[in-house]
Amino acid sequence: MDGPNALILAVIGVTMMLAGYFLYSRFLAKKVYKLNAEFKTPSHEFRDGVDFLPTNRYVLWGHHFTSVAGAAPIVGPAVAVIWGWLPAFLWVTIGTVFIAGMHDFGALWASARNKGRSMGALSGTYIGNRGRNLFLVVIFLLLLMVIAAFAVVISGLLVSQPTAVIPTWGALIVALLVGQAIYRLRWNLVAISSVGVVALYGLILVGDRYPVELPEQFMGLAPEGQWIVLLFVYAAIASLLPVWVLLQPRDFINGIQLFIGLGIIYGAVLLATPTVVAPAYNQHVPEGTPGIVPLLFVTIACGAISGFHGIVSSGTSAKQLDRETDARFVGYFGAVGEGLLALGAIIATTAGFQTIAQWEEVYESFGAGGVPAFVEGGASIINSGLGLPAGLSATILATMTVLFAATTLDTGVRLKRFVVQEIGQIAGVRIGTGPATAIVIVICAALTFSQGADGAGGLTIWPLFGTTNQLLAGLTLTILTVILIRKGRPFLPVLVPAVFVLAMTIYAALVQLFDLFADGEWLLFTLDVVIIVAALWVLVEAVIAMGQARRGEREPEDDVALTPEQRLPLDR
Amino acid sequence: MTLLAGLRARLRGVEAGLREFYVAPYRRTFARAQRDEEDLFMMLVLSEALGVPNPASGTTLELLPEMLDRMHQWHLRMGMDRSPFEEQLACC
Repeated sequence: MDGPNALILAVIGVTMMLAGYFLYSRFLAKKVYKLNAEFKTPSHEFRDGVDFLPTNRYVLWGHHFTSVAGAAPIVGPAVAVIWGWLPAFLWVTIGTVFIAGMHDFGALWASARNKGRSMGALSGTYIGNRGRNLFLVVIFLLLLMVIAAFAVVISGLLVSQPTAVIPTWGALIVALLVGQAIYRLRWNLVAISSVGVVALYGLILVGDRYPVELPEQFMGLAPEGQWIVLLFVYAAIASLLPVWVLLQPRDFINGIQLFIGLGIIYGAVLLATPTVVAPAYNQHVPEGTPGIVPLLFVTIACGAISGFHGIVSSGTSAKQLDRETDARFVGYFGAVGEGLLALGAIIATTAGFQTIAQWEEVYESFGAGGVPAFVEGGASIINSGLGLPAGLSATILATMTVLFAATTLDTGVRLKRFVVQEIGQIAGVRIGTGPATAIVIVICAALTFSQGADGAGGLTIWPLFGTTNQLLAGLTLTILTVILIRKGRPFLPVLVPAVFVLAMTIYAALVQLFDLFADGEWLLFTLDVVIIVAALWVLVEAVIAMGQARRGEREPEDDVALTPEQRLPLDR
Repeated sequence: MTLLAGLRARLRGVEAGLREFYVAPYRRTFARAQRDEEDLFMMLVLSEALGVPNPASGTTLELLPEMLDRMHQWHLRMGMDRSPFEEQLACC
């Protein structure tokens, strides 16, 4: 049977997500979150020009989207299409519309209604003292997973796609120069952006001509292991440098690159209209592939529902929200943007191959496809759509993915350093920046080396990362439900997904527990036990907090509750 | 000519948007770093009053009126609910 045309898939997916934005988010805004344009958002109430600053909603969406989107919505779907394109497609589209959009939007709203405080602080308020500690535990786990998983992804990609080596490392030099051009030479930003993008694509051309491969063995390490060492050295330095030197210009280039990449992928699909060769539902999954339920729901985290977005929504974006009504566009549409990236990854990995046999060869075992399949499949679509040579297209996609993943990697190291310092503070020990970074690097490198140093590890850790991410999402949704119950609003649109996400998380963690035990992966086994304990903890706290909220008094609605000082004139 | 002017205005708009896109994510990081430095400077200015010998006390004394506005925020940030110089410099 012939598969459907990828263009149809793209059109249906995009239509569903847009319908979600225009219909479902409207319902959420009116009935559930009851957005009030008159509400004085934290950006106005606490305006200080530092953290709190009213920001144009399109600019805010731009930041929000580029902060939440990265390599994860590419990696997850690229692994998960092994079960066939239909389950991944349905989970990404339905998940984005009913869960991710609602979650990101809700986290933004909840934070804006609570003085722009972060989800961690809100969990303290709404769940109790233990809530904060629980949150810290989950964040610690999530960052550990994200750093290790992305280091494995990057090192694997640099080995399988040696043409991407020069552009990815060269991009750092471009970023350094961009930073200098802005702060020292004070160039015009239009000029800088153009020169930066041209330089990056120039590097891609150079890299395409001159692939770089590391020696087979160096100090007893396979190439994957050598890259992992180099990546951690890089991440340590990058997270310690002043931000204007590297991180700021690099984020800027990546942000632009994200829009260019999305344009290239969807443009190529539009022109090439490739046919999906992968089966809708894969009846012959390779030996060792775990069951689709629950693993699908944790393999694709970002792109369907990701707890990490709650961290960005609360705390950062919420403090810059101009009008409360902007939350719908910034939060919900941010999730839609990420869903589109995930959809692009699904199309590339299922329609980018000539025959089903070729596809099955790539997806010969669970975790075997992944990002290299995205690069290969996407390249062949770009090749037939835009006419670029397949090798060059592959280099472009690989470079893009590595840059996204590397951003997440060093941001992760930086954030984890803060978490380590915070834990030290709770324990009464002051940990300096240097030692804290060293602790982070040692822990993460240890976990990474147990996974991918010889290149044989594949992506065992990926589903575990997804599980932690969903756990965080479940925690955020729980807090949202408690807030809604207290306000006497309809809470089922939040509670039902929360129950689903938490159930799948615990189920998946248990399934993985048995697999990891059977494989003798003791490090991951221990982490999984910690995840299960944390998940059960979330569940218990959630039930207690919801019960208390039901018995408590209802909070009054805005027309009664808001004092004149808490109102923002509609015409300014 | 109007076409050129319109184009120039649009280019300025793009430039402003890009600048915002560049600056905004790290605005708070920079503002915080600046605030930390100013906190240190405040301590230098107040060092004589805090009991630390200050070789440039003449200069810092001159700066004192300039810094007084920020005194209240400063002692709150430093973890002191009340001004450390209640008799001389009561601010809250």
